[in-house]
Amino acid sequence: MKAPDFDYLRAESLDQALDLLAQHGDEARLLAGGQSLMATLNLRLSAPSVLIDLNHVTDLAGITETETGVRIGAMTRHVAVERSPIVARHLPLIAAAMPHVAHAAIRNRGTLGGSLALADPAAEMPACALALQAVLEIAGPTGRRQVAAADFFRGLFETAIGPDEVLVAVDYPKAPPGARWGFQELARRHGDYAMVGLAAMIEGDPICDAARLAYFAVEDRPVLAHSATSKLAGRAVDDAAIAAAEDALDADLDPHGDLHADAATKRHLARVLTRRVLGNLGTV
Amino acid sequence: MASPVDISLTINGEPVEERVPARLSLVDFLRARMDLTGSHVGCEHGVCGACTVRLDGAIVRGCLTLAVQADGAVVETIEGVSDTGEIADLQEAFIRHAALQCGFCTPAMLLTAAELIANRPNADREEIRAFISGNYCRCTGYRAIVDAVEDVLASRREGAGT
Repeated sequence: MKAPDFDYLRAESLDQALDLLAQHGDEARLLAGGQSLMATLNLRLSAPSVLIDLNHVTDLAGITETETGVRIGAMTRHVAVERSPIVARHLPLIAAAMPHVAHAAIRNRGTLGGSLALADPAAEMPACALALQAVLEIAGPTGRRQVAAADFFRGLFETAIGPDEVLVAVDYPKAPPGARWGFQELARRHGDYAMVGLAAMIEGDPICDAARLAYFAVEDRPVLAHSATSKLAGRAVDDAAIAAAEDALDADLDPHGDLHADAATKRHLARVLTRRVLGNLGTV
Repeated sequence: MASPVDISLTINGEPVEERVPARLSLVDFLRARMDLTGSHVGCEHGVCGACTVRLDGAIVRGCLTLAVQADGAVVETIEGVSDTGEIADLQEAFIRHAALQCGFCTPAMLLTAAELIANRPNADREEIRAFISGNYCRCTGYRAIVDAVEDVLASRREGAGT
């Protein structure tokens, strides 16, 4: 189908985008890469009367290395993240996850901030943000604020971003020495939304000091499995520890069945992924 | 009725100025206004890849990009890329390997394969499959397409003396 009628407004700066949002309120949607928004418009699942295009707000894009982390502007396209040597070096989890984000043509256009702000429960970048303890920077009429990834994802397509606010950038802390990571997802076709996915960070080698296992495509938002990670802390990530983590997953995950897999299947696949990912960790 | 927008862009090397409705997708604009019907409209929600065109040198979904967003940009379609001869060897390989039957997916498949060939000269079959995974073909089963792309990668590597 074709998109419904709307007005198109191009923001040339963040301030202008905020002004336009204030002016048009709930009637407006922000247009980042558009790779999900345009699909929902064409399917008539949403019908905003105004689109505010952020693609010309150039200072929202870019990847910079700081002393303690990596800052990625919200309008940075997936392809730029995928090819970034800074990301490859300091955020190998993101580098490993990026090829799973849709397809090449979509990564050429889609943005990191768009993916996080949409908060699709089956998307890769929200889970990686949780596993990496990213901090999201949001600009609004009264200034900027920082929200931890753990507080950012609120539900199905729901985030901490207010209706008058814009996601500006994401700060990822650099992994500490000895950190290990893993990423895998199961999808019927490469690039499709996952049936179940896992983004994992393990601090400490060989003894795990802290772990974060972020599962996606399981519930209405990405989930940190706290019980499972408690089985890893303070010990080596060996077969026994992995088995204990798998068993603990039942307490962590309350899968929602969907068209691709029912709840029991997702629960099973989460265990399979846990074993595969933890049994094959990469080092930072 | 929402306001139309004036855009100016370059399509296949030609400057173009048009007034378009904001909701008009890039692929519909190219097909209906510019008579460039080589870019196809399939699913219209980003899944099938038949609408693939180049925007500022990179392949995008023509159904998930608005015509107004191509304002100031350089757009290339299969017609333009065919005329320049850039992918003549790829097109020849598709014919040689029978990498198409109905041809609906072919223009987009060629543009996608061209981007792979340009950026990943050493891609193996698995990488080729991953890269074209966003383009549906319902006729070939993909094997012949992968064969054709693999052939061109090899011959271009040879040509480059590597």
